[in-house]
Amino acid sequence: MATQGRRDFLKSLSAIGISTIGVAGITPSITKASPENILSKDRMGVLVDTTVCIGCRKCEWACKNAHDMPSGSIDEYENESVFDNKRRPDYSALTVVNKYQNDKTGSPINVKVQCMHCDQPACVSACIVGAFSKKENGSVVWDESKCIGCRYCMVACPFQIPSFDYHKALEPEIRKCDFCFDRTAEGKLPACIEICPVEAITYGRREDLVQVAQEKIKNYPERYNNHILGETEVGGTSWMYMAGVDFKNLDFPTLGDKSAPGVSESIQHGIFSYFVPPVALYALLGGVMWISKNRDKKEEN
Amino acid sequence: MEMLMNPSQMTKKYFTPGVMLVSLIALNGLIFLALRLIFGVGAITNLDNQHPWGIWIGIDVAAGVALAAGGFTTAALGHIMHREEYEVVIRPALLTALLGYTFVALSVAIDLGRWYSIWHPLIFWNGNSVLFEVGICVMIYVSVLYIEFLPIVTKKFIGNVRFKGMLAKLNSPVDKLLRMLDRGLDKTMFIFIIAGVVLSCLHQSSLGTLMVIAGPKMHPLWQTPILPLLFLISAICVGFPMVIMESLIASRSFKLKPEMHVLSKLGSYIGPMLGIYLAFKVIDILIREAFVYLMVLSTESVMFSIEIIFGIILPMRLFFSKVVRESPLGIFIASMLVILGVVLNRLNNFIVAYNPPYATTSYFPSIGEISVTLGFVCIEVLMYRLIVKYFPIISIPEKAGVFKTKYSIQGSK
Repeated sequence: MATQGRRDFLKSLSAIGISTIGVAGITPSITKASPENILSKDRMGVLVDTTVCIGCRKCEWACKNAHDMPSGSIDEYENESVFDNKRRPDYSALTVVNKYQNDKTGSPINVKVQCMHCDQPACVSACIVGAFSKKENGSVVWDESKCIGCRYCMVACPFQIPSFDYHKALEPEIRKCDFCFDRTAEGKLPACIEICPVEAITYGRREDLVQVAQEKIKNYPERYNNHILGETEVGGTSWMYMAGVDFKNLDFPTLGDKSAPGVSESIQHGIFSYFVPPVALYALLGGVMWISKNRDKKEEN
Repeated sequence: MEMLMNPSQMTKKYFTPGVMLVSLIALNGLIFLALRLIFGVGAITNLDNQHPWGIWIGIDVAAGVALAAGGFTTAALGHIMHREEYEVVIRPALLTALLGYTFVALSVAIDLGRWYSIWHPLIFWNGNSVLFEVGICVMIYVSVLYIEFLPIVTKKFIGNVRFKGMLAKLNSPVDKLLRMLDRGLDKTMFIFIIAGVVLSCLHQSSLGTLMVIAGPKMHPLWQTPILPLLFLISAICVGFPMVIMESLIASRSFKLKPEMHVLSKLGSYIGPMLGIYLAFKVIDILIREAFVYLMVLSTESVMFSIEIIFGIILPMRLFFSKVVRESPLGIFIASMLVILGVVLNRLNNFIVAYNPPYATTSYFPSIGEISVTLGFVCIEVLMYRLIVKYFPIISIPEKAGVFKTKYSIQGSK
């Protein structure tokens, strides 16, 4: 009877092991497919030249119009009192312009804020249901049909961009700039680019924009700080900034060149490398259980 | 075998003044919960775009999962290492884990903006997401816990199925079904027990990986690549103290003699484990040179110091003392220190350490958030009390029992 039981035990244990490995065999192919991250060589980007921006906030108005959000009359945007406080994008505005004092030249610096559209986005990596994806044209977009509203993307984002509509009980949205994904698909320019009266924001292939920026810095070393924000930060971003002062003074976070999700993904995949560690732990515990049980049996006999 | 467990139903009456008070706090929580469901997360919480996660995640979920670790640690000790003397604490620990995880799931659900979409991770997978791994692991583990609990239910009703009137016809088939289920579970329970321990190790550690992606937004005193390891070790550390704390409170509440012989022995494991945890914490701080942040007086440095001194070093010293381990009051205090230390650690990791770059205000939980958190804890206590009244969970000591342990590997008898 004793051997019978032991054999059963081993049989079931190995059955579990085999089925777990079976599951492990199929899963990586499925899980890899879910979050798209296509880094096309021709992905688009935007170069924001803060030395050119005049702070007219027309981009804010155009953005709201393009996304069917209440925008009001364009004349209201001439009101400068909004610059008294530093604003952040939220459910009512996907982009905002902030004004900063410039101690060097005296004329203020205007900084447009929106999603940076990272090349290795933390939100794409973090999202529990893969609702975020990096598209081939460079944009990082959110899929309403998947989102469960856990807000982990907001915890993960190094630029603190995604916002949440806290005052909706049903279907609250995660809102952030989508690089006018629908407009660009139709061949139109992103709304903010189209309306900008001074060409402070330039739309083009990311690769070309990096060159343009480098050229500008070379030609006007007086005008620009030798730093293209977003060229290498967190593995590179689609939106890049140029300024005459240190970006720290313009409220940009100081970030390294390593991609934001890099560390957590390697830990995660280390723990789960093809389910080997969990299966090994299972086998080990099974072995311990079997040996302990037998030891007790022997002692009792 | 000298120790036999004798789980019995508690006969003391359910409502006492204390229970009434707990019910009131629970009710208050439910009111705020209703407001959250009707008016949205923003209506009753202090969360904003800078602080997306508050105490519902930091305490209810992160600390809740850690405090439910009594389930898998006692299962590992009692069933896998087969130390039968600890079997008296396994059922209470299992029930606590079961209730704990059920409320973790509920807390996650109410924190979700779209709580009705909580099933989405089952079909939309993201293998890169730590949260996905935690979510799936917890879902499976909750099911495993219910399966582990099932034999207690089947044992109670086998031979006792007595529907009345129209349903009387169902009596015999339901009884047969229960017997079949019971036999099947007897043979396969070890599969679930091992799976439970593996799943626990996985998600306890992954819970630590959650905040790694926040990168520089998290204070360097806590932000480390070994967060998953620290979370796993601290969860193992807090498992037995939780069991000790519950056992002592249950004994007092139901006027039973505390099971000191078992609890003291259980306590002897805690000191060394806290030592290991402390060693990893200290080495981590030294290697990353994060100790420089302890030289400046800040909320972070104070909270970190409290966590280390009162949550690890002091209870470690207490648990190494035989006198403390053998006194009910001493071991209770030492256990509470470990528990509060781990709760503080989770709170620190998820809330204190999280410094969003554009915050104009700092986060402090609202009355609504605190009410719901307290309310959930109280509902758990009420349910625990109800279940031990109707099911044999708590063992009455010093009465020779005949009820042999449930989850032995029946096949090898």
